[in-house]
Amino acid sequence: MYKRWILIAVALLPAAIAVPVRPALAEEGEGALLRSGADINDTESLQRGARNFMNYCSGCHSLTYLRYNRMAEDLKIPESELTANLMFTSNKVFDGINSAMPQDAADWFGKQPPDLSLMARERGVDYIYSYMKGFYVDNTRPWGVNNMYLPGASMPHVLVELQGLQKPVFKNEPDASGSAHMVLAGVAPLTPGTMSPQEYDVFVRDIANFLDYAGEPVKAKRQSLGVFVTLFLLVGFVFAYLLKKEYWKDVH
Amino acid sequence: MAAAPESADSKGLIGWIDRRFPLTALWRSQVSEYYAPKNFNFWYYMGSLALFVLVNQLVTGIFLTMNYNPSAAGAFASVEYIMRDVNWGWLIRYLHSTGASAFFILVYLHMFRSLLYGSHRKPRELLWIFGCLLFLVLMAEGFMGYVLPWGNMSYWGAQVIVSLFGSLPVIGGGLVDWIRGDYVIADATLNRFFALHVAALPLALVFLVIAHLMALHEVGSNNPDGIEIKKHKGPDGHPLDGIPFHPYYTVKDLMGVMFFLVLFCGVIFFAPTFGGLFLESPNFGPANPLQTPPHIAPVWYFTPFYAMLRAVPSFAGTQVWGVLVLGASVLVLFFVPWLDRSPVASIRYRGPIYKLMLAIFVVAFITLGVCGLRPPAGIYPMLAKVCTILYFAFFLLMPWYTRFDSVKPVPERVTGHV
Amino acid sequence: MNEEVDHSRRRLLTAATAGFGAVGVAFAAVPFISSWQPSARAKALGAPVSVDASKLEEGQMLKVVWRGQPVFVVRRSKAVVEQLGNHNDLLADPNSDDSLQPVYIKDSGPARARNPEYWVGLAVCTHLGCSPLGAFEPNNAFQVAGSDLGQNWPGGFYCPCHGSKYDISGRVFKSMPAPKNLTVPSYTFSGDARIVIGTDENPKTA
Repeated sequence: MYKRWILIAVALLPAAIAVPVRPALAEEGEGALLRSGADINDTESLQRGARNFMNYCSGCHSLTYLRYNRMAEDLKIPESELTANLMFTSNKVFDGINSAMPQDAADWFGKQPPDLSLMARERGVDYIYSYMKGFYVDNTRPWGVNNMYLPGASMPHVLVELQGLQKPVFKNEPDASGSAHMVLAGVAPLTPGTMSPQEYDVFVRDIANFLDYAGEPVKAKRQSLGVFVTLFLLVGFVFAYLLKKEYWKDVH
Repeated sequence: MAAAPESADSKGLIGWIDRRFPLTALWRSQVSEYYAPKNFNFWYYMGSLALFVLVNQLVTGIFLTMNYNPSAAGAFASVEYIMRDVNWGWLIRYLHSTGASAFFILVYLHMFRSLLYGSHRKPRELLWIFGCLLFLVLMAEGFMGYVLPWGNMSYWGAQVIVSLFGSLPVIGGGLVDWIRGDYVIADATLNRFFALHVAALPLALVFLVIAHLMALHEVGSNNPDGIEIKKHKGPDGHPLDGIPFHPYYTVKDLMGVMFFLVLFCGVIFFAPTFGGLFLESPNFGPANPLQTPPHIAPVWYFTPFYAMLRAVPSFAGTQVWGVLVLGASVLVLFFVPWLDRSPVASIRYRGPIYKLMLAIFVVAFITLGVCGLRPPAGIYPMLAKVCTILYFAFFLLMPWYTRFDSVKPVPERVTGHV
Repeated sequence: MNEEVDHSRRRLLTAATAGFGAVGVAFAAVPFISSWQPSARAKALGAPVSVDASKLEEGQMLKVVWRGQPVFVVRRSKAVVEQLGNHNDLLADPNSDDSLQPVYIKDSGPARARNPEYWVGLAVCTHLGCSPLGAFEPNNAFQVAGSDLGQNWPGGFYCPCHGSKYDISGRVFKSMPAPKNLTVPSYTFSGDARIVIGTDENPKTA
């Protein structure tokens, strides 16, 4: 009888070894992603993130699937503060967060600034956090910066005043055919910004956290509901188990 | 199945119905007086669970259709509308997406049970064939369902799979245009996949499930010992090793459903994307005909077959061989009842060769699945080739190794704790 | 079979499991039934509509759309408003007892308005839903569609579909195909001539 379980264990071995499957992340630029430490249950972080996003990002990036009033309700922002501090366009509170960026922005940037409603679900919250920390000077680029996590990014470093500039750090590495060439290994500070590295860290973590929320506003509620549902079902299972045991006394 | 005289109860509503419809007769013949072997184990939960998941898919699918917009312009946004604006839409969506993956897990385990205990053998060959047809229809249903959200993986997955048909000689080009309804994957393709996924294939699934159950009830269930319980009947005419489905298996399957729900809801509420396996990350971006995702992979339940497709190189300037191998990998299943030449049914009484071959088959199938998820680089292409050969070897060599394998004496009555 | 079947225990366990299961089914049904409620998008589209009536002259009307329906905003002169109580005997429901409007509209008397200078009401005839025409000049019997509005026409609305007539507060005349006065939605003023239509959750409270 135990042979069956051994069989199953052996069968699952290749899966267990190979399963860490994150195909989207595996294709990213050089370097592993930084851990964001974002926590969607930290409402204050989400509030700061909303403020940061509306002030620095919403000029170009829309969050078209997130309604202002939904955001205010989930993040516990009173409507008066919402309209006074977080709404800069002619949108109403029940509209989605649409930027004022016109449709031909691709002419200015080379690429239309994408809507970010689902960016956290598509690339992950750690990617967003790393991306905002990954800009470095690169004179070959139109805006003078490149990004370690999205090589050839069309976006300027919007937060450069806060973070300051970074420079690339290259490393000599042999490639697949054995010959050595310079590979981007990381970034290092070049000039300071108005925020300390720790402050900037919190600033972009809050934005990443907020975008994680924006990707799935119901996530926190889903998880807390899940606790209740799991407990309910476990109790239900106990009832069903006792019932089965009782009837199966007949069967010998 | 005519109503026996005593079942046309003269009393009440039931009696009124029984005189016009074989309600009590059906209940008795299919449930309360249908005898099943008493030694069903873990592997025997999967069928009833699959039926439960089918009902889940039908109900949640109907509710999704109420808010889904089946046009290329509106589909992606309508899914986000369901996730955010429709009350509880997110739950209905996750029930459906998790249900799809759960369906395949259960069906794979359900099919595996047959390989363990010989449930495909005479007189259950037709039961197995209905099952294989169900598997085929389910794969089509899953494929089309995945296209509907019109995310970038939906689009490009459809593009890749439909173009496979283009490799067929002579008819290939025209066939692909005919399937797509356009020269590329487009609105026309989405609309017809919607109609098939929501109406045509679910109907086919329901009819096939009914046929599957009728075929089962006609001959009775197999069991872990692979013996026919009808050989030994008691004085009341019922199999000695049988117990009525109701109340014993209704109550046991209820317990199975409850446990399944704990796992199912655990995924839905805590990990609905299941690490990108159940809901793939690239599909959270809208379909973009100009940009392929860096890494195209089908949903996990198709990856073993996808790996076999990729494992076959092109010969004589055509890729059609991979397509043929893909087709053969599913069609070979239909022949298992005739490939299996062992004198005994259950693995409990078979020799070491079958056990080894089955273990190799399982490892190969799972490894193929892992290969299919990965880009074709490193050791994976070679691994996929080897495992494709092992997969086919399990089936094609079966007539020989099952005949030459040793067997143990088969008991007359069922064994195992009950 | 060794022991006696304990039927009472079986009944108890079955009942407990069935009861628990029934509660579970009820919980499970809630999301599906609730999904039929108006979604956030429906609520957004049905949100209040703001109208700027400052450019309206006396005797002029504008129409806006609120929740997919046309709404009249009519500017009335003082003279017209003062005459409103004089033809109650010609009306089917002069006090709006059987018609639909917010409480504060019913309580405002013949003017049927928060501010008598502006009348706000749904441009939907209570007979079969056609959109009535404005005929606001008093004593002008032939001002719409060649129809005879009668001598001493006090000014109001005329529905061309089946001939229903309403006064300038939307109150229906006697012996008309239409049974009730024109419905008034909830609204408020934000500023002297800025009207926000549809400010309550349930506007049609009589």
